[in-house]
Amino acid sequence: MGVIIILIFFSVLVAGGFLAAFLWAVRSGQYEDRYTPSVRILFDDETDGIKNK
Amino acid sequence: MQIAKEVNLKEGTLCYHCGDVCKKGLDIQSGDKVFCCTGCKTVYEILNENNLCRYYDLDNTPGISQKKLNSAVGSRYTYLDDPNIVTQLTNFTEGNISVCTFIIPQVHCSSCIWLLEKLYKLNKGIIHSEVNFVQKTVNIKFNNTEISLRQVVELLVSVGYEPQISLNDIENKVKYHSNKSLYYKIGVAGFCFGNIMLLSFPEYLAPVGSLEHSFKQFFGLLNLLLGAPVLFYSASDYFKSAWSGIKQRSINIDFPIVLGLLVLFFRSTFEIVTNTGVGFIDSMTGLIFFLLLGKIFQSKTYDALNFERNYKSYFPISVTVKKSGKETSIPVSNLKQGDRILIRNNELIPADAIMFNGNANLDYSFVTGESIPVPKVAGEIVYAGGRQCGSAIELEVIRTVSQSYLTQLWNKDTFIKKDEDKFNSLVNVVGKYFTIVILMIAAAAFVYWYPSSLRTAINAFTAVLIIACPCGIALTNPFALGNAIRLLGRNKFYAKNASVVERISKIDTIVFDKTGTITQTGDAEITFNGNVLNTKEQMLVKSLARNSTHPLSSRIYEAISETDVPYCSSFTEHSGKGIEAIIEGNTIKLGSALFAADNNKVLLNNDKLTSKLDSRIFLSINGSIKGFFAVNNVYRSGLDDIIVSLKNRFKLVVLSGDNEGERENLQKYFGSEGRIRFNQSPADKLEYVKVLQETGHRVLMIGDGLNDAGALKQSDVGIAISEDVTNFSPACDAILDAGEFSRLDKMIAFAKATKRIIIMSFVISVIYNIAGVTLAFQSEISPLLAAILMPASSITVVLFTILATNIMARRKGL
Repeated sequence: MGVIIILIFFSVLVAGGFLAAFLWAVRSGQYEDRYTPSVRILFDDETDGIKNK
Repeated sequence: MQIAKEVNLKEGTLCYHCGDVCKKGLDIQSGDKVFCCTGCKTVYEILNENNLCRYYDLDNTPGISQKKLNSAVGSRYTYLDDPNIVTQLTNFTEGNISVCTFIIPQVHCSSCIWLLEKLYKLNKGIIHSEVNFVQKTVNIKFNNTEISLRQVVELLVSVGYEPQISLNDIENKVKYHSNKSLYYKIGVAGFCFGNIMLLSFPEYLAPVGSLEHSFKQFFGLLNLLLGAPVLFYSASDYFKSAWSGIKQRSINIDFPIVLGLLVLFFRSTFEIVTNTGVGFIDSMTGLIFFLLLGKIFQSKTYDALNFERNYKSYFPISVTVKKSGKETSIPVSNLKQGDRILIRNNELIPADAIMFNGNANLDYSFVTGESIPVPKVAGEIVYAGGRQCGSAIELEVIRTVSQSYLTQLWNKDTFIKKDEDKFNSLVNVVGKYFTIVILMIAAAAFVYWYPSSLRTAINAFTAVLIIACPCGIALTNPFALGNAIRLLGRNKFYAKNASVVERISKIDTIVFDKTGTITQTGDAEITFNGNVLNTKEQMLVKSLARNSTHPLSSRIYEAISETDVPYCSSFTEHSGKGIEAIIEGNTIKLGSALFAADNNKVLLNNDKLTSKLDSRIFLSINGSIKGFFAVNNVYRSGLDDIIVSLKNRFKLVVLSGDNEGERENLQKYFGSEGRIRFNQSPADKLEYVKVLQETGHRVLMIGDGLNDAGALKQSDVGIAISEDVTNFSPACDAILDAGEFSRLDKMIAFAKATKRIIIMSFVISVIYNIAGVTLAFQSEISPLLAAILMPASSITVVLFTILATNIMARRKGL
């Protein structure tokens, strides 16, 4: 039955990884502007940008 | 989109850049594109040169009209060369790299985002720029050896996005309110709560006694380990709040919550460590998680709006000073009495001053809400806050910025006093009695069981405290008020925070400002008094008025319906006095009384003509005065309906900074019993609200200008009404979009209904508590029961408040 304890250890570890990811996302400011990125992603890449640089 | 553009071009009416109507006769073109003014054309040409014309494809006519702006940037931004100001404006500098954030109120569409993030194409010195659309800011990273801060600002101006740089930015950096720590706390609570639930399932599901003992203890200890950070980190705000309540010798709603949480934790610890039970860590973490969810829900904020603005947010940071013939720009805060300052078109007067030179036409809409410019001539005193429309003027400062007529309002106690929460929320009043009752019941349970067994007595005592933890009551407020804020926000009523809604429900007096609040800004009615004008004369007047951009001229132009307008050849504008022209051999003059009468006072020898109760524009044709155009206030549509519906329930007061010219009109709306006070200075308004409060009234103040700021701050609820909610509003508790003014009565009724919903919800959660306490009193409470009963009461309360507020909003017509 010791295997359950090992499994629980790993499951908490994985969940802790997600918690760390969430905290990192908050810290890096991803929750501060939840509108602009949704517009920005729809801009096409430049077609003439490379030539004119 | 392409087709729509071609049609517009054929009609030759809409500006390719900003979409404004191009006036006929002005041919401002570049290639096949037509523009309304040279400013718009210049911006287009800059973008065209740099291959940035995709700007015009993303959105139709996305540009900002350049008509009102100063065409020549010239020396306007010289103050940005001052290293002191540069350091204050930049967020940080490291070597060659500087980062700064500007507020750009004009940002309004995806084209704006696109262009502002392509700034690096316009100047190599700009490394990166990023827009925050909601807060209307752009964050710019630039190489300060290639481009100076001043050049960055001038670049923004050149493409039509003039950043708003105000005194406020210098004194305290733009601070973004952020609730990062709340997100951290809820992250930790959610993580621990989820894992604890998982670990508690065996206990819920396994038949009693079948779970292996070693597992039970392992799960218990793991729960304890996970529960501790939730209690001591995630719930720390509740501890702080309860503690500060005790320090002020009052018990708030957080006290019984903290009490319940602590008892839960220590009883669980005891049970787990002594191996006598599994504890209630699952209930405890769940409770904290839900409470934090409520906080997130309640913390709905309107990022783009600012509720804390004072005059410093609108005043410029520098002003041009003339010293021994040289023009230099100095920070406004360094202005001294006797300094001679130069105010150009569209600039704001920062301090009270005497007109020295030039013709002023001052637009005081920031201050009073009145948008029709007031003419001033040399020798007159002008007050801070006016915006010059027309050519540059020279002034001599008579009072420093902070001592001006308007700005000294902010030296008053109301603004100096720390903004403590003078309002005692209903939930805290309930919480106080609740705590006392619960402690008494718990003590009774202890005394009842003590004779039979100490152990049972302690069990019953802690069980009462646990089960009576007022989570339902604590959740009611955030969810009911949070949802009310959202529903009101959908109707363009933006409350600063949740307590505003509750405070509205208590008011009994409503104070209105007049100009700009109950009258409509920029939409006045023009009437002509004097000899009736014949068709020919009307056409002449219209032809004359067409040539001037002065707001009054354009209103007269619109007021005359004749269409067959003769061509006007010799037009002259006498700034600050009036306009004249010779049309078909007739000399026509429009302007001040003296101007129209050619300074011939005999012609004006009539008191009625020179009355100062309203704005008058005199008309003379061929030297004889025909009469005057009077500009009358137009009351907001729907005003009479709201007054009728509010009159019976509230005491209504009107405070006007103007003279008594409108008394009769106002009495028509407010009735003869209505209180109307005229000639109120900003400080008078504040004092009047204070007096009302001292006589036991709870006051709601509605105003629109900086001169109402004192009264808004002093009142229990201050609502600023604004035509453009993101651009201008004085400090207040809530901002109302001017277009929704006619629904104000419904919004107040809704706020009152929300309070009734909160009370009903309290009743529901108390019923749950009574049921739970009855069981707890008998000391028969299992972890499973606690795990079911506590979330059940929370969920009922949350569902009830959200549904009820939504239904109520619909019933009230919101």
